Formats: sequence, C-alpha cells, structure tokens
Amino acid sequence: MTSTDRNDRPRLAVWKFASCDGCQLTLLDCEDELLPLASTLDIAYFLEASSAVGPGPYDLSLVEGSITTPQDAEHIRHVRRVSRRLVTIGACATAGGIQALRDFADVREFASVVYARPEYIATLERSTPISAHVPVDFELRGCPIDKRQLIEVITAFLAGRRPVVPGHSVCVECKIRGNICVLVAHGTPCLGPVTQAGCGALCPAFNRGCYGCFGPTETPNTPALNTKLRRLGVSDPDLVRVYRTFNATEEPFRQASEEAEGDA
Amino acid sequence: MDVVVLESLDPLIEELRSAGYTVVGPTVQDRAVRMAEISSAADLPAGVGDVQDPGSYRLTSGADGMLFGYAASPDSAKRFTQPPRQTLVRMRDGAFEEVDEGAPRVALLGVRACDLAAIAVQDRVFAGSRHPDPAYRRRREALFLIAVNCAVPGGTCFCVSMGTGPKATAGFDLAVTELDAPHRFLVETGSERGGEIVARVPHRRAASEDVHAADEVSRMAAVRMGRQVDTDGIQHWLPAAHDSPRWTDVASRCLSCTNCTMVCPTCFCSTVEDVTDLTGQVTERSERWDSCFTLDFSEVSGTHARGSGLARYRQWLTHKFATWYDQFGTSGCVGCGRCITWCPTGIDVTEELACIR
Repeated sequence: MTSTDRNDRPRLAVWKFASCDGCQLTLLDCEDELLPLASTLDIAYFLEASSAVGPGPYDLSLVEGSITTPQDAEHIRHVRRVSRRLVTIGACATAGGIQALRDFADVREFASVVYARPEYIATLERSTPISAHVPVDFELRGCPIDKRQLIEVITAFLAGRRPVVPGHSVCVECKIRGNICVLVAHGTPCLGPVTQAGCGALCPAFNRGCYGCFGPTETPNTPALNTKLRRLGVSDPDLVRVYRTFNATEEPFRQASEEAEGDA
Repeated sequence: MDVVVLESLDPLIEELRSAGYTVVGPTVQDRAVRMAEISSAADLPAGVGDVQDPGSYRLTSGADGMLFGYAASPDSAKRFTQPPRQTLVRMRDGAFEEVDEGAPRVALLGVRACDLAAIAVQDRVFAGSRHPDPAYRRRREALFLIAVNCAVPGGTCFCVSMGTGPKATAGFDLAVTELDAPHRFLVETGSERGGEIVARVPHRRAASEDVHAADEVSRMAAVRMGRQVDTDGIQHWLPAAHDSPRWTDVASRCLSCTNCTMVCPTCFCSTVEDVTDLTGQVTERSERWDSCFTLDFSEVSGTHARGSGLARYRQWLTHKFATWYDQFGTSGCVGCGRCITWCPTGIDVTEELACIR
C-alpha cells in the first residue's frame, strides 16, 4: 500500500432508501476486508456505521433501498448529483424489493387497513428501483447482497475495471461447488435455473431449492421451468408466490407469476 | 498376471492408500451416488441402485450386497482432470508469480467405460494439441484409474451407440467386474503401475468361469441400454440441419441453465477471470468452468454471437455430435447420458437427434 494521504483516498458514501439495512450490514460484515477497505477508501458518509458525516461530492455511492415516497424520489436526485459513480446494492435498490409487492395491489387500501389516519401516509403507488429515477453505473443483485461480490465491485471500481459479476444461472455455482441438483435428484422446486448466480448456491448446498434472491438470469426461460415445476406438483397459486418475493417486479419474474396467476 | 480375482476390495483400497493415493469412490450423499474420499469398501454404496430418466434421478434399492449396481453418477472424472476453478497466474507488486495448484495423487475407483472414453477425449483436447496444458498433464499422471464395468446401465445410457462401452477396454490402470454368487471381483490390469498394486494384494488367478461370468455381465449390460443414437453420417446431416424447425421446439424447453455442459464429462469450456485485491497490489488470473449456454461465453466486442437460446442449443448439440470430429477426430459424446438425466426439463439428446434427422 502506498503512503496515500487520507484526503487522496476515494470517498465512499452509503445511502439508504426503503430497505431493511441488510445490504449495508453486509458491508460492515466484511470482517477481514474491512480494515483494508477503510484504509483504501475514505468512508465519508455511512450513517449505519458512523454519525460523522463528511461532505460530498463522493467518488463512489452505494445505494440501498427502493424509492417509495415523494421525498425519496427527490433525495435520490441529490445522491446522484453528489456521486461520481453510483452503484445500487441489493434487490430493493435494483428491483424494488419485497415492498414492490404493493405493485400488485392497491396501496391506499393497505394504508386504510393498517393506519388509523391513512391521510398522514405519503407513499407512492409503486416501489421502484433506483434506475427508474436516475442513471445507475452498476446494479449489484441479491437479498441480501453477497459479501464477496460487494468487495469485488468495490475493488473493480478502485482499479477502474469491469467487476466480475456473471449473469449466468445459479446452476453454474451449484456445479462448481459440487452440490447435487435438488430439482433433479430430490424433486425439490428450485428457481436456480432462472436465477442469477452470486450467492455461491447457498440454499442448494443445504438441500433447499433456490428462492430467487438474486433475480432473473441474463436469459431466463421461466415458461420452461414452470412446466417442470408443475410436473413436480407445484400448484399455480404456489407458482405465483414463488416468483413474488424479493424480485417480484423484475420483468421475467413478473411475467412468470402473472402467467401462473392467469391459470390459477 | 493379467486377470485375477479379489475376494474383497479392502486390501486394494488399503494398498492404494499406503501407496500415497487418496482413494475416491462412489458413496451415497444427499440421496445420490457421489464421488468422495473413501477409506474402505464399507464406504461404498452396498445394495444401492438408481433410476435415471430425463430430468430425474432417484436412488433405489439394488441387488443385495452389490457395490456397483447403479449407472453413471452425477460426478464424472472431470472434476479431477479439469478442476472447476484454478488460479493460473498471480502478479504481486508488478512481478509475476508462478502458481502451482499441485496435482493430487488420487485413485478414482468406479470410473465407467464412458468416463474413460471421456478422459481420452479430454486428453486429446488438453494434451494432444500443439499446445499441451502442462497442469492438465500433471493432474492426469497423478490420477490412478480403477474402472468398474457396468452391470446395470441407466435409463439414459447409450454408450453402445457411441462405441464407448459398457466394457472398459483401454485407458485404465485396473478394471474391475463385480461378480456375485459368490461375491468377488475380476480385475484386469491395464498399466504397469496397476499391475504393481495388484501384485501386492491377496488375489488368485482368474478361472475360466470367472472370465465367462464377467463377459456375461458386460454382454447383458450392452443389451440393456436405456437409449440409442443412430450416428451414421451424423457429421454431415447434423450440421446440414441448421434450419430444422426442431431447434425452435427444443429452445422452448431449454433453460440455458448450463447443467448439461457442467455434468458432461467432455465439455471443457472455461472462462478466464482477472481480479485485483483492495490494495491494487495483487492481481490474479483464474480459470473456471463456463458453458456455451451462458451469454458472456459468446460475447465479442460487446455483442453476443449466440444471443438466442436456439443458437446456443444448436451450437452445443452440433459441436458435441458432429463438428467435434472436424476439430478433434472423434465424437464429443461418449453416451453417458448425464446431460439427459441432469437437464432439469428433461431434454433428451437422443430424442432431439432422432427428430432433427
């Protein structure tokens, strides 16, 4: 490591919108890499870690969460203005998150059931990804994101190179890891063939099917997978639920759930 | 001493271990036959059978006490000849460092004839060209191969069509045929080091009954193939079927998930990834399994040469069964049936080829 002056280090900001903070925690969970990270980057704005706030502009902004309020929609423009590079982290920021389930229903109806005075609730009809509002330089998938992929994105940013974040299916990671295919060997419903890799095939390693946390692959063929899942006895209402989780409004998953809903 | 009979595999396993080999053989894990380290014959799947169909694999109870009463496991020898990931080169502070990932001495027990044929295909690809891969060669030399002649082919097997089995004829150090009544193992020697190992374990010379019984095992297996392919002229008619309507049909069922290529014992495609560390002082170039079914695989200058699932499936099947001959002088398919069993949607190459023809 060269003797870089503190002020020469690229400045990092971490922002939060509608989210559970799990992806920000992934950054704090970097353990072995956290110290080198903190000495390579000036962590200027990261409220989850420190209330000390360094002024912008920032060289790299990591943005967690989706846009769900009019204030969010305003604030993300500010974030973009003060950020040289903007990377979304996690399913909320990249796809709208679990809260995008509101897109399939009437949010005013929810509010009227949940809140005594729903008129105080200023919320948007839909939960939208950051890219629906401002230009995004890179989208890191996952619910939550994967620690190794986060480090990879940050190191790629520091080196000025493309991050190694492949768009292929979870199946590749299963086979590299040596997992048995739970879909074929156990008849366990699994979204792995239509889900982007990144988690290291975590669930199949424990004999569970993939839940699709990282969203659709580069070329998902959900109709073909649905044929298989139906053959395994998955009902249409269950198919709808399978696709409506953290990435429900990602187009291929939306279409897959709507196709199943149409049949239900 | 070419053909002998062993009463038990334990002394053989013991001898291999004391010769410095890690013995890897079939075991039952996660309701499948997986290749893993074994320390004695007790680790082998006794009385286990399997049912393999397109997109489906289930273990069943097999013949009592038999240790090899199942067909190809999801694991081929590829993991040992071509590891899923390997570091190629490392650069630290601007200087190159040689990376030697080593070549573990592994004795693979239970390799089938189709797997041996696949290893021969990989040998041509990695070691038979003008630019042999030295790391591959080291791994191959460190690999001691104990074939087991198939007694119970699977529902997706078609090695007879591909001329690769079911009996192992070459490329092994030792080849075992499991016999019953009484339970014993006929062992053929295929290499000098194989002969040296067998000479050190208790054995008796095979009698003609033993040899006949083993021949009968292979003869019966040959007539029990789950599937077949008519390969006559395939080099010509398959590439000529470029515009067959069947490609659209199969593409509608293909997930582009890569499972077929990952389980294929001859699919050798890989990608190269360069990563840096946080300090920027260390750079690593590594190789990992890739597949012609990923979009990145055919990315050229920001565009994808094979952007559709149709183009990718056509490329894979045509290469595997036809243009492989032009490239390497043999078929790329050895008839193990893994791509059929492990395709989640059950695409059956033998059926596709019959329809395309």
